[in-house]
Amino acid sequence: MTTLASAIHLLAALFLLAAFAMLSQRRLANLITLYAWQGAILASCIALAAYATGSAHLYASALLNALLKILLVPALLRSLARRLDVQWDRESLVQIPTVMLIGLGLVIFAFNAALPIAVPGAAINHATVGIALAALLLSLLMMILRATALSQVIGFLALENSLIFAATSVTYGMPMVIEFGIALDVIVGIFILGVFFFHIREQFDSLNIDRIEGHHE
Amino acid sequence: MIAHLLVRQTIQILFVIAMAPLLAGWIRQCRAWLSNRSGAGLLQPYRELFKLLRKQPVVAEEASMLFVATPYVVFAAMVVAGAMIPMITTRLLLAGAADAVALAGVFTMARIFAALAAMDLGTAFGSMGARRTMLVGFLAEPALLMVLFTPALISGSTSLVVIVHDLARHGVILYPSMVFAAAAYVMVTLAENARLPVDNPDTHLELTMIHEALNLEYSGRYLALIEWSAAIKLLVYIGIGAALFLPWGITQGPGLAGLPMAYALLVAKLAAAGTGLAAIETLSAKLRLFRVPEFLGTAFLLAVLGLLVRYLFGH
Repeated sequence: MTTLASAIHLLAALFLLAAFAMLSQRRLANLITLYAWQGAILASCIALAAYATGSAHLYASALLNALLKILLVPALLRSLARRLDVQWDRESLVQIPTVMLIGLGLVIFAFNAALPIAVPGAAINHATVGIALAALLLSLLMMILRATALSQVIGFLALENSLIFAATSVTYGMPMVIEFGIALDVIVGIFILGVFFFHIREQFDSLNIDRIEGHHE
Repeated sequence: MIAHLLVRQTIQILFVIAMAPLLAGWIRQCRAWLSNRSGAGLLQPYRELFKLLRKQPVVAEEASMLFVATPYVVFAAMVVAGAMIPMITTRLLLAGAADAVALAGVFTMARIFAALAAMDLGTAFGSMGARRTMLVGFLAEPALLMVLFTPALISGSTSLVVIVHDLARHGVILYPSMVFAAAAYVMVTLAENARLPVDNPDTHLELTMIHEALNLEYSGRYLALIEWSAAIKLLVYIGIGAALFLPWGITQGPGLAGLPMAYALLVAKLAAAGTGLAAIETLSAKLRLFRVPEFLGTAFLLAVLGLLVRYLFGH
């Protein structure tokens, strides 16, 4: 058990913790901060993997992720939240402790599904597949349970974080072109969704998604 | 051999009883410094205890035996808990007497007696405090057990001696599972000892108080015993935390030579933990009572995550 591997495992566990914290957070400003923290954990995880394998493109990926997820995207989200004047997510129908328990169930499922892959000692990052899968399911759960459009988008971004995390742990990152492509997609996606939010609000006077469901015709 | 063990056991019990008010005083002093006050000094809890011990206790006419017996039961339970924990040395007379699960049981027994005694007189504050204590207790106990199970899984035994022995042998490895368990343990400690995010230890008459509501009817030496056992409980909780998560410097050998060093290290750990506790209390505001289940639910979640992460990583 090397120090490096246990450091990566610790960061992976913290990544999962950040996913849980986002699931339980109602305040939008704190949610964005947590997203930035998750990005920071992801970037340092990639940097450690880069150090372990000595590959230059993982270093570039870590730098790209850090720039995008600690600085750029949270800044964009903050300005969106300010201009839309939303601070709190509406109290959801499902209580927070219940959400946590559902989340725990998902984690157990994900870990069980990943155990055949995560043979202890096979390679330094393989045990983190389970963590990535669990974080992915938790972000999906967050998208399902949240009422306002902005926090659903943050759930979507957390989903993308988990995917990058999974890619890093399984195959030591994707080719550089694809990572740049994804990064560009995320930024463009946020811009488009930002414009979309204003349209939703103009049309329905609210960002709550269930208001829209009534307008089928 | 038995004489050796007896000597160590006696020293540890005396240390726990004597040092508990000093720890309480240290935490109060740190909180005073952190909020820019000068504070009453480290020895203030001793002065309060001596004052209370000299006063004549007043007991209501309707009080039953239970009410009078409870301070002694609670005090004895805390001393027993303090005697069982290998926080200085793993070679203790009573260390093998109970494992981690029984330890949680000792705390629960003290809590049940305190709650029953508070309801004994039928005053409004007493029964309200009793219900709140039981609410916090029934939420904190599963979290505490889950926290204790993580190191128990790592070392393969629920006996505290084996756990400490095993963890101390491994040296400095940051287990992810233990990090989660430690975070959950801090939250449980705050809730169980009625510290700030859950209960405010400074207030004496407030609708939301928990610990103080239990003691409102006590006076004189009974109140002194209750306050003293609360201080011992805090020391014991920090002692368990130090034994599980920072097991360095706990002597394993049969001789008495390592003891002074172990005691010095424990005092340093207690002082550091007290400073940390004061910092947490200064930085956080009291939670609404109905947010407490959420707080303790998070502690439970962290502890279970620790267990799951251990299964995934295999260490």
